[in-house]
Amino acid sequence: MSTVTETPKAEKRASKSLFLKQSKVYPKSAHGRFRRIKWAALVAMLAIYYVLPWIRWNRGPDAPDQAVLLDIEHRRFYLFFVELWPQQIYYLTGALILAALALFLATSLAGRVWCGYACPQTVWTDLFLWVERLVEGERGERIRLDQGKWTARKLGRKALKNAIWLGIALATGGAWIFYFTDAPTLLGDLLRFRASSTAVGFIALFTGTTYLLAGFAREQVCTYMCPWPRFQSAMIDEDSLVVTYQEWRGEGRAPLRKSQGWEERTSAGLGDCIDCFNCVQVCPVGIDIRDGLQMQCIGCGLCIDACDEIMTRIDRPTGLVTFDTQTRQTALATGTAPPPYRWLRPRVVVYGLGILVIAGAIVAGLLTKPGLDVSVLRDRAPLYVALADGSVRNAYTFKISNMTREARSYTLTAEGLEGATLAVAGAEQDEGEAARRLTAAPDMVATYRIFVTVPRASLHDSSQSLTLILTAANGETASYRTVFLGPP
Amino acid sequence: MAQNYKDELSGVETTGHEWDGLRELNNPLPKWWLYIFYVCIAWSLVYYVFYPAWPLGKSYTKGILGYSQREELVTKLAEGKAGQAKYLTAIAGKSVDEIQKDKDLLSFAMAGGRSYFNENCAACHGAGGQGAKGFPTLADDVWLWGGTTADIYQTIQHGIRSDDGETRGVPNAGMTAFGRDGILNREQIDQVTDYVLSLNGKQADAAKVAKGKTVYEENCVACHGDQAQGALAAGLDGIGAPPLKQANWLFGGDKATLVETVTNGRAGVMPAWSKRLDDATIKSLAVYVHNLGGGK
Repeated sequence: MSTVTETPKAEKRASKSLFLKQSKVYPKSAHGRFRRIKWAALVAMLAIYYVLPWIRWNRGPDAPDQAVLLDIEHRRFYLFFVELWPQQIYYLTGALILAALALFLATSLAGRVWCGYACPQTVWTDLFLWVERLVEGERGERIRLDQGKWTARKLGRKALKNAIWLGIALATGGAWIFYFTDAPTLLGDLLRFRASSTAVGFIALFTGTTYLLAGFAREQVCTYMCPWPRFQSAMIDEDSLVVTYQEWRGEGRAPLRKSQGWEERTSAGLGDCIDCFNCVQVCPVGIDIRDGLQMQCIGCGLCIDACDEIMTRIDRPTGLVTFDTQTRQTALATGTAPPPYRWLRPRVVVYGLGILVIAGAIVAGLLTKPGLDVSVLRDRAPLYVALADGSVRNAYTFKISNMTREARSYTLTAEGLEGATLAVAGAEQDEGEAARRLTAAPDMVATYRIFVTVPRASLHDSSQSLTLILTAANGETASYRTVFLGPP
Repeated sequence: MAQNYKDELSGVETTGHEWDGLRELNNPLPKWWLYIFYVCIAWSLVYYVFYPAWPLGKSYTKGILGYSQREELVTKLAEGKAGQAKYLTAIAGKSVDEIQKDKDLLSFAMAGGRSYFNENCAACHGAGGQGAKGFPTLADDVWLWGGTTADIYQTIQHGIRSDDGETRGVPNAGMTAFGRDGILNREQIDQVTDYVLSLNGKQADAAKVAKGKTVYEENCVACHGDQAQGALAAGLDGIGAPPLKQANWLFGGDKATLVETVTNGRAGVMPAWSKRLDDATIKSLAVYVHNLGGGK
């Protein structure tokens, strides 16, 4: 039997949404030390981003002259003096590990400085906010504009802002693809409307994402999309510099009354925080730093600037909000002398050593990077061929990667089987030679079909090891260990 | 028991379904999901207009773009053919040896030859020309009808013992069935096969070998040569008799197979391909086959 039970009205609870409603953040402009560092970082990051693909680097007549070029079409990565082939992609892994370790190191030393100053999301959001402030005005004006009716003025402001945003986004998306193809050529093609649909498509994609992420998603990216804030707490310890509200000095907070002198205020149990909310209003992620260290905090220090400005104005010492460690703050709160900043900690040493080892390995690898690589693929059909005189022949596909800029010739020899002779398909056959000459064009892979013939007397097993050795004219060698199959 | 509860914690109604005390909240679909769903519906309407969509019995709605995957395939194939045209003309106009010397043509012929070989030849000769009993290995150095590119080209064109007028060998006539036709008796066959085994250093009865040598000289020399070197090496073209002193046997070099061969004869047949494949294809095949093992 099914019955429907009415929920009694008295028991009815307020329906609770499981989702936090997004409230738009209107950051106020900050002025001071950290804002200046942030501007400098922004300019530096944008400069690197836009200038890098335009730097030229002479690699000779047949090679691209772009210093940084990720040429996916031709499967080569160029980074100044380094040229990487697809099989050397492990350098990219090394670079990523290095980047991760550097991030860990920076975080354990000084909190989320990457997030606050150098992350593209931060840089572009900052840039977009600057435009927003330029067009729509300061925080208060922006809030009023958003809450107000849709007038021609509001429409004009919004249209102008979005137009500038889209312009920046277009430049961002456009610059991105310059890394993947010759920048001057592509720019010429774009200006003459001759660029490929692939190029235009990628520009559109990156324009769209820049516009959305920096214009609208902003701090939501840091809070919800980025995994980094979620595990940063593992990198930070009580000796890491983090943006901190000096609670022992600021509490209890209360607005400043003109009638009340500082002694009066202190004896009334009030602290230095005058509850002006400037630190909250400048925060680009919309948090209150006085609530303590929070997951959303990107460590940009703009609240420090805002607070210092107020403290200076009301003639109190600056640094109520400051970059400091938890250890020092705990000491200060209990009235003892704070220990000096302890930067040399086990985790710093581990991360630092990790960076040194990986960087050393990469540098060593690049310095000793070979100009020659071989790969061998044994024929599977037929597995082996018996010849009329009883000897056995195996065929191999032999690939030579000539990773230099000159045509090279090589000598191929076989080792491991007595009496083995080599022949190259297509070349003039002269039986009985134990070495063959092969050539490879500059920066190319040359493919040969190699026949190895071994007299029956040298075959002791159905599968024997064979090493093919290629020696360049300058003595550089590359070898490949494969097998030689014969009748069971 | 379906009961429409309101959930205590969230205040959301349940769907009324219950499984062992577990009830399902009747939460609305997330808005972003719904909107994407509606956009997809709208998009499908656009799709109906532009692309082929609804089946109409034997036909279907074509859509105003007139797009057809089949036509796209036909166009792409035609493009491919057009791209190959310059190589194919060059191949048709050159001899097989000339193709072999031209690097571009060689790699084109090798790539084409591989797929032609897999389509037409691999059924008998095996992938990579590894051969099978009665079907010669094309990667070795035993060439009964000649192993130069020109020889291979001719063999593919006209076949072996085929119905082609210019075929190699004589149609329906190969090695004589010495036993079946009563030319040699069982004893003689036993002797001559032992002689052939002895030529290859295999175990054989010395008395039989001596007699077998005579049988060989009386019956076999004409085709297989006085040194058992095979027809080609003996200067006899168009016969295809294999050398008998070698490690690589087409039908088998053991005693039982040799007896069977001498008794019943052998006549391998290969069809002529000039009627089925065009000249450029056959030339590509000749180049490919020659490079399988270097020919001869």
